[in-house]
Amino acid sequence: MKTTFRFLTILLAGTLLLACEKDNFDAPSANLTGRLLYEGEPIYLEYNRVSYQLYQDGFGKTGPIGSTFTPEGEFSHQLFNGEYKMVIPPGQGPFVALRNASDQPDTIMIDLRGNQNLDIEVTPYWRIRDAQLNAGEGRVSSTFGLEQIATGNSAREVESATLYVSKTAFANTQTNIATAGIAGGDITDMNNISLSVGIPEIRPTQNYVFASIGVKFVGVDDLIFSATERLDF
Amino acid sequence: MNKINYLLLALLFCGGWACEKDSDFLTRSPAQTLTTEQALGDAAQVESILSNLYSRQFSIVRLNDWGTFADFNEVYVAANDGATNNWHNNNSWGWNGTNGYWGTWDYGYIREMNLFIQRMPQATIPENLIRTYTAEARYLRAAYYYELAKLFGGVPIILEPLTYDFSGDPTYLQVPRSTEAEIYDFVIQEATELATLLPVNSSGKSRATAGAALAMKAQAAVYAGSLARYGATTPSVTLGDGVIGIPESRAEGYYTTALEAAQRIIDGEVGDYSLYLKDPNNLSENFAALFYDKNANPEVIYQEEYLLKFKTHGYTVSNQPRFGAEEEEGGAMNPSLNLAQSFELLDNTFAPFPTVDDAGNPIYYDEQEDIFANRDARLGGTIILPGSTFKGRPVDIWAGVRLADGEIVTGNERGQLRELPGSNVPQQVVGFDGPLEGTVQNAVTGFYVRKYLDPTPGSGQRGNQSDVSRIQYRFGEILLIAAEAAFELGDPATAADYMNRVRERAGFTIPLTPDEITFDRIVHERRVEFALEGQYYMDLKRFRIAHEVFDGAAMDLEGLKSNLGSATKRSTQPWGLWPYKVYDPGSPNDGKWYYTEVLPSRVTAADTWQLGNYYSNINNDILANNPALLRQPLQ
Repeated sequence: MKTTFRFLTILLAGTLLLACEKDNFDAPSANLTGRLLYEGEPIYLEYNRVSYQLYQDGFGKTGPIGSTFTPEGEFSHQLFNGEYKMVIPPGQGPFVALRNASDQPDTIMIDLRGNQNLDIEVTPYWRIRDAQLNAGEGRVSSTFGLEQIATGNSAREVESATLYVSKTAFANTQTNIATAGIAGGDITDMNNISLSVGIPEIRPTQNYVFASIGVKFVGVDDLIFSATERLDF
Repeated sequence: MNKINYLLLALLFCGGWACEKDSDFLTRSPAQTLTTEQALGDAAQVESILSNLYSRQFSIVRLNDWGTFADFNEVYVAANDGATNNWHNNNSWGWNGTNGYWGTWDYGYIREMNLFIQRMPQATIPENLIRTYTAEARYLRAAYYYELAKLFGGVPIILEPLTYDFSGDPTYLQVPRSTEAEIYDFVIQEATELATLLPVNSSGKSRATAGAALAMKAQAAVYAGSLARYGATTPSVTLGDGVIGIPESRAEGYYTTALEAAQRIIDGEVGDYSLYLKDPNNLSENFAALFYDKNANPEVIYQEEYLLKFKTHGYTVSNQPRFGAEEEEGGAMNPSLNLAQSFELLDNTFAPFPTVDDAGNPIYYDEQEDIFANRDARLGGTIILPGSTFKGRPVDIWAGVRLADGEIVTGNERGQLRELPGSNVPQQVVGFDGPLEGTVQNAVTGFYVRKYLDPTPGSGQRGNQSDVSRIQYRFGEILLIAAEAAFELGDPATAADYMNRVRERAGFTIPLTPDEITFDRIVHERRVEFALEGQYYMDLKRFRIAHEVFDGAAMDLEGLKSNLGSATKRSTQPWGLWPYKVYDPGSPNDGKWYYTEVLPSRVTAADTWQLGNYYSNINNDILANNPALLRQPLQ
């Protein structure tokens, strides 16, 4: 009994003593947030696909921290104040790689002092216009147009356009329950494309689905999407 | 009294030690390390260093890690739930592949080979041994650079051991990446020289020989040629000034080199190699034996050797048929229907397995194996089919019993018994090898792996394991390299000759005509001949077809059964083929078999190959240590 008590005392003392030591660092508190835009309109992407990198020099190793943009084209980081460099590696995203005057991947310099919002203007290869998504009679139907934005050397052909239907708010190539696609070469009128697909049986039953349109370009991994919409039926 | 004795003893000890002079003690040579002179002073010692270098050779596929063979939906992975999820629940590959299998960056190994090569002239062993050992180390070094090139494209080529001078400035050690062409040129150049330095010895399979060097040269050249030719189809997969990407203009040169090197092996200039044909009466058995027969196997040019009690692997343990297995384990990999149906009919045409007639009714077979009749003998040599045997024991693969009214009775345990109508004696309603939906370690797709499975008794026991060796280069591949190179050089007649030799061994009696040799044929022949040997990975990459084969779209039955033989046929999900038995006493179909294609329910994703997957990732630590390295593209 006595021994136990003595051990407990020592343990308690040890805990208290250790707890006395102050933590050395404050947690990072500056929020860096932002999103990808084209002429003020958001660019929609697929989760876990379009990556970016953040570098900070001066602390030995030069490796980046990085992540991927959200499906809404947003990013956010909680960081220490300091100078950062942000890079979207070439080939990432359904938009023309950011290039500086000497044709190197362009770096966005960020001098972070407190919270900062950073919108990045990019040029998508094409953009999805007037997307209309409707559900009814067991089908999801859509009409939309495509408008070419990037021209010249950076222009890309449309490889395919696909309608994705999903049970959840992620409606894309990785998560879907039904798709309907059309190859780029089969599109006759870029201003008026219609796609529709039957809604398969959903278990447990739900009387709504989510849908989105994705467009793939030749030689580009990442698709550009329309905003995902919830469709009740 | 006792105390005094102890004291005396202690004193004695102290005195004993103190007797040795300090200078002697401090200059005593260590017993556990050898000096360079000692290490190089004795032929056996040198050979043991060399054998260490051999034991560290890298291959993307490794028999002691069956998972390295499991990708690309050629198999369904059923080792355990976690593995199934890992392979079939996610859409895309990490930049270094499943479980990081497409990665290695062992410059420590390269340094040791460089040191060995640099120090060999100081060795005090017979001159001829110095020459051969140096050449063998150079072979291993070239082979490792070749593996790096396949994964990463251009990498720093370092041929001297680097030493840091502690000046505080390591920049002189930071070597940039070579171009992709340079590293293939290096491998080809080394292999050309080594073919003259290494012994011509077709019975030495696990040490570098002139044959092995030429085989490496032929393969590296044909890979480089195809990267030059087909790399142009994915213009975004390039980096720097050729660090990734070989100019198209070099394709012809590489193909010529490959053809010439392959022909030297075929003509017997570097030893007596030929196709394995010890059992011409049973070509399937013969093809399977090619991989486990270690007794004067004429086809093997170079192999990574395993030997019982010294270096063994559990490939057979993990993949053996579960029923009657030597261990309560097996069926880790189940070949998919995608692979099985790509083996041709003997009249050189492609056809899916006939499961239903034109009206959509099932086709009934008297025996289980009848559905696989008249096909490429390599089908049975690569895959254990329902109705076939392994280690003399028939496998028991069937998914259930269909009653007269169409109801299907099955179980959820291997070999389950149930009462069937009209009989009160319980009868077996599912095979002892499965397939059982949603379970692991049985024939979930209806197939087991045959290739590399060891028929020796005891090979399926964990305590014993198998010593079947992994073949790195074999004569069959040399023929197909020659065929591919000849085809790309615009000589389909020669290509047809070489390819027909391989096909004849697979049981084809009608030779392909030169007109029938196409790109699709070349890709297809390599896929079935080298199924589950590892070449498929590089073929997907170098022909730049991976992003079309794995385009992320789910597969339906119609898509599965059409377009066979096309190089870009979609294969995003592994399907299975399940046999059912008809139970309908009195009807002519009673006891017969029919088959159904199934997509295992655990396959919830369809694979997407991203363009960034064409080259493996060089991680941030490596990049941080050497700022001269370029980051991989599209990642």
